[in-house]
Amino acid sequence: MSAIIEDFTTTIPHWQPRVKPIDLSEATPAQLDALKVTPSNTKVSEYVLVLANDVETLKVRTPLFNAILYNKGGLSRAERELGAIGASAVNRCVYCMAVHASRYNQLTKDESVVEAIFADGTKAALPPRAAAIFRFAVKLSETPSKAEPEDIAALKAAGLDETEILDLILSTALFGWANRLMHSLGDPVERT
Amino acid sequence: MALVNEVVFAASGLTETDPLVAALTVREDIFAATEAAHDASLTPTDPGGISHAERAALAVRIARQNEAETLVSHYRALFETAGAPAEIAPLADPAFTGGDDKRLTAILAYMDQVAVTPREATAEEITAMQAAGVADADIVRLAELNAFLAYQIRLVAGLSLLRGAA
Repeated sequence: MSAIIEDFTTTIPHWQPRVKPIDLSEATPAQLDALKVTPSNTKVSEYVLVLANDVETLKVRTPLFNAILYNKGGLSRAERELGAIGASAVNRCVYCMAVHASRYNQLTKDESVVEAIFADGTKAALPPRAAAIFRFAVKLSETPSKAEPEDIAALKAAGLDETEILDLILSTALFGWANRLMHSLGDPVERT
Repeated sequence: MALVNEVVFAASGLTETDPLVAALTVREDIFAATEAAHDASLTPTDPGGISHAERAALAVRIARQNEAETLVSHYRALFETAGAPAEIAPLADPAFTGGDDKRLTAILAYMDQVAVTPREATAEEITAMQAAGVADADIVRLAELNAFLAYQIRLVAGLSLLRGAA
C-alpha cells in the first residue's frame, strides 16, 4: 500500500478509496446515466465510482459543481478557487487542496498566495483582496460558521460586489461538501 | 419568484420583497440544483439502508451542531413528515451516542466526526461502520447526506449575512 500524503502539495495525489467503488460492468442504467458513461467514454475515476453507490445525489451533484465553479460572470475563476482553498485548509483535505491550489496557480500565474497558505495555513498573510476572500472562506468553513457581518464589509471594501460575494459563498460552501467526501471516504496517496 | 419557496431561501429569512432576491436570480440554476440535492439527500426514491426518518433526524442533529436554528426547524418538520418514529427520535440529539446499538454508535461517531471536525476524520470511523454491518453503499449515502448539509448550512449562513448587509 502506498504512503498516505499528510502535507499540502500542488502535486495531485492518487485517491485511494476506503469503501468499494461500484463495478462498471454491473452498473445499473441509472448509474450509467449519472456517470455519463457512453461507448466512447468509459473512463471514470475511482472517486466517481465510489459516489455512484448513491446514484441519486451523484446525478444532481455534477451540474451543481460545474455551475458553481464555471458559471459565467460574477467572481473570477481563480477567486472561486480561493474559496475552495480556504475550505480545504480548514478541513485539511490534502487531495482537494492539491487540485484547487494547482488550478489557482495556473489561472493566476502566481504561486505566492498558495505558498503563503501552505507555509502559514489559515493565518497566512496575503495581498488585501485575496486576504479578504481567504479569511471569509476560512471563517465560513468552521463548525459552526464563524463568518460575521464584518467579513462581508471587508469583502465589499476589497471591491467585491453582491454577485461576487454570492459566488464566493457558493464555492466555499461547495467545498464544505467536497472536502467531507474526499477526506472521509479515501486517502491521498503517492501515484505509483 | 419561485426561489423564495426553496429551503435555503426560507432558512435564510429571504422573502419575496427582499432586494437581495433579484440579485440572487443570476444564479437561479444553482439554487434549483441545490433544491434537487436536498431532495436527493433527504428524501431519495431509493433510500437504501438509511430511512427518510433517520436522514431527517441526522439532519436535525447536524443543524444543531452548527447552531443553524432555521434549518433545525426545517428538518424537525421533515422528521414529522417521515412519521417521526419514536425509536429514531434520539438521533436528533447531539448528546445521544447510540446506546447499546452497535450500528447506530458507529454511524453517529462517523457523522459527528465528519460534520464537526472533518479534518480529524480517519479510516477508523469507516472500518467501525463496516464492522457493525453498515453496507458500503450506505456509508456513501451517509457521507453524501453529511456533505450536502455542510454545504447547505454554510450557504444559509452566507446568505443570511449578505441579507443583513444589503
